[in-house]
Amino acid sequence: MKKALLIVLIAAMVLTGVFAQGTKESATMAGEKQIVILGKSMGNGFFDAVFKGSEEAAAELGGIKTTYMAPPQATAEGQIEIIESLIAQKVSGIAISANDADALIPVAKKAMAAGIKVISYDSGINPGGRTIDLLPSNPELIGRQQIQLAAELTNYTGDVAVLSASAQATNQNLWIEWMKEEIKKPEYSKMKLVEVVYGDDAPDKSYREANALMQKYSNLKAIICPTTVGLLATAQAVKDAGKTGVVEVTGLGLPSEMKGYILDGTCRQMALWNPIDLGYSSTYILNGMIEGTVTGATGEAISAGRMGDIKVEDNGIAFMSTPYVFNKDNIEKFAAIY
Amino acid sequence: MPDLTFSSFVKKALARREATLILLLVVLLVPISIRSPQFLSAKNISTILNDMAILAIVAIGEFYVILSNGIDLSVGSIIAFTGMATGMINQADHGFPPILLLCVGMGIGLLMGLFNGVLVAYGKIPPIITTLGTVNIYRGMTFLLSGGTWVTADEMGTAYVGFPRHTFLGISNLLWIAFLVIAVFYYFSRFSRTGREVYAIGGNPTAAKFVGVNESRIRVVVFLISGMLCGLAGALWTARYASAVNEMATGFEMQAVAACVLGGVNFSGGSGGIIGVVLGTLFLGVVTNALPVVYLSVFWQTFVQGLIILIALTLNTVSDQRKMKKLLAQRRG
Repeated sequence: MKKALLIVLIAAMVLTGVFAQGTKESATMAGEKQIVILGKSMGNGFFDAVFKGSEEAAAELGGIKTTYMAPPQATAEGQIEIIESLIAQKVSGIAISANDADALIPVAKKAMAAGIKVISYDSGINPGGRTIDLLPSNPELIGRQQIQLAAELTNYTGDVAVLSASAQATNQNLWIEWMKEEIKKPEYSKMKLVEVVYGDDAPDKSYREANALMQKYSNLKAIICPTTVGLLATAQAVKDAGKTGVVEVTGLGLPSEMKGYILDGTCRQMALWNPIDLGYSSTYILNGMIEGTVTGATGEAISAGRMGDIKVEDNGIAFMSTPYVFNKDNIEKFAAIY
Repeated sequence: MPDLTFSSFVKKALARREATLILLLVVLLVPISIRSPQFLSAKNISTILNDMAILAIVAIGEFYVILSNGIDLSVGSIIAFTGMATGMINQADHGFPPILLLCVGMGIGLLMGLFNGVLVAYGKIPPIITTLGTVNIYRGMTFLLSGGTWVTADEMGTAYVGFPRHTFLGISNLLWIAFLVIAVFYYFSRFSRTGREVYAIGGNPTAAKFVGVNESRIRVVVFLISGMLCGLAGALWTARYASAVNEMATGFEMQAVAACVLGGVNFSGGSGGIIGVVLGTLFLGVVTNALPVVYLSVFWQTFVQGLIILIALTLNTVSDQRKMKKLLAQRRG
């Protein structure tokens, strides 16, 4: 029994060794900067899209060879192994979406000591383990944009309500605070944020709350759902109530999940961070660091091609931009990605 | 000679637990409809009934388990697994007939119920322990089946998503199915031999065994019923909410148990009825659907919900105790 277990263990170790590193790369030319985009796991459409953005930036900048790598499973161990091998290869820069914010710090420090530039994106490494942590957006940009999206759909008039995740959800609460701030502006004077309700990220409760909102407010023109479960349930509730076009639905949602509702007009536009832009910006930042024009100091503005300037805040945190807006014209393309 | 006057009929009707609940429901509806007049519109009543149909189906399954002096905590997880399974089948083949999906759901539910039942009946593990284990096992299986991903509206066939919404004689398929389940199990619990045996086992297992009731068989049967109905509910859930999410129906067992207890089902088994369970479900439905529309802060809503349920239960128990005292007095007299 013990022997069998041992054999299985050894076999497993050998196999993970064999499959540990999936890579996509092109032939290297002498003098090229080698940038590696490290994803959380292989076979994840999100990181394929990140890499697509990196390739776009590399083509614009020139002289860069960008490679995508990821462990077979989303583990910190798998990523550590890959980073160790990258240190041996002496690549120029690594952008990491971390499976663990702390576990990667030692190996990332080792990489930086070896002269490799390290940043994190999407899922950050804690300070000390990277120079810059690129976040897709910040609460202010997200919150303000949600109101703008609703206003565009309702012609800047009528009641709007927010259907959030749970009442304790930190992210959502911060975004909602900024929504309340944004709607105070004069251009929204004919709009009113009537209520914030909580669907607890459960489809049935969200559906019920959405119905209650429609019943309660006769002048309800839009429901904003800054959570993908709530957005799905609300879209279905509005559709079932026959109020498509009467009550607009918008929020933050995954394109692949929301595609049907965007195409049928229930949710005409929504937003989310765009992985292509993340890969694109990460590559610009790494390139600047390798060339020595970017240091990651607080207050620094890094120019990132079509994304404009990205400002570095305290602790090396940088916010990319407002979330990307999806509508019927671009949803098919992004639904295939994530 | 039985008393056949009208007043005695009313008295008898009021003495029933179901009557207390109907009365409470009316009492509850008055302030709600004052606060929110549109609550009693035909459209909203149909929304509430549709919202409660799935809970009614699950609560009836839970009723049988409680009736046999057990409890089934795994209902939410069975719903999740079967809902995910039927969602994924539909995702792979949009042409798969919805009716067959319901059958697949019930089939899987039966197997999961069988596992619960066999552990309880032959493994002699108390129902609460057994289902405390399987609630996690079945939830884990849901994640394993789906690989952590969801099935969303866009990936499902219109026939399946539309199925619970289609109406026949102005009533949705979802409600028709709930009515059918209620009718079948009303008959089962009142007039079938096995149905009566569940009451016997729950009321007094020793006496029941002496008159020849096979206890193990009944214990398996109640979990089979619960599993099958959860399977049916799971298949309907995915279609109704147009998405199969791994976390779906988490905590649903609490609602099912609450519906039973509100409906006057004795928690230690042996007494209660289908009509009571349906009323209990309806009561819960009115409370959960009314609270979001009565302009009450969300932070008060859960508090008030618990309070209303507690009051309803207390009134129920008090009326029960008075009945018992009367009965005792009659015996002595």
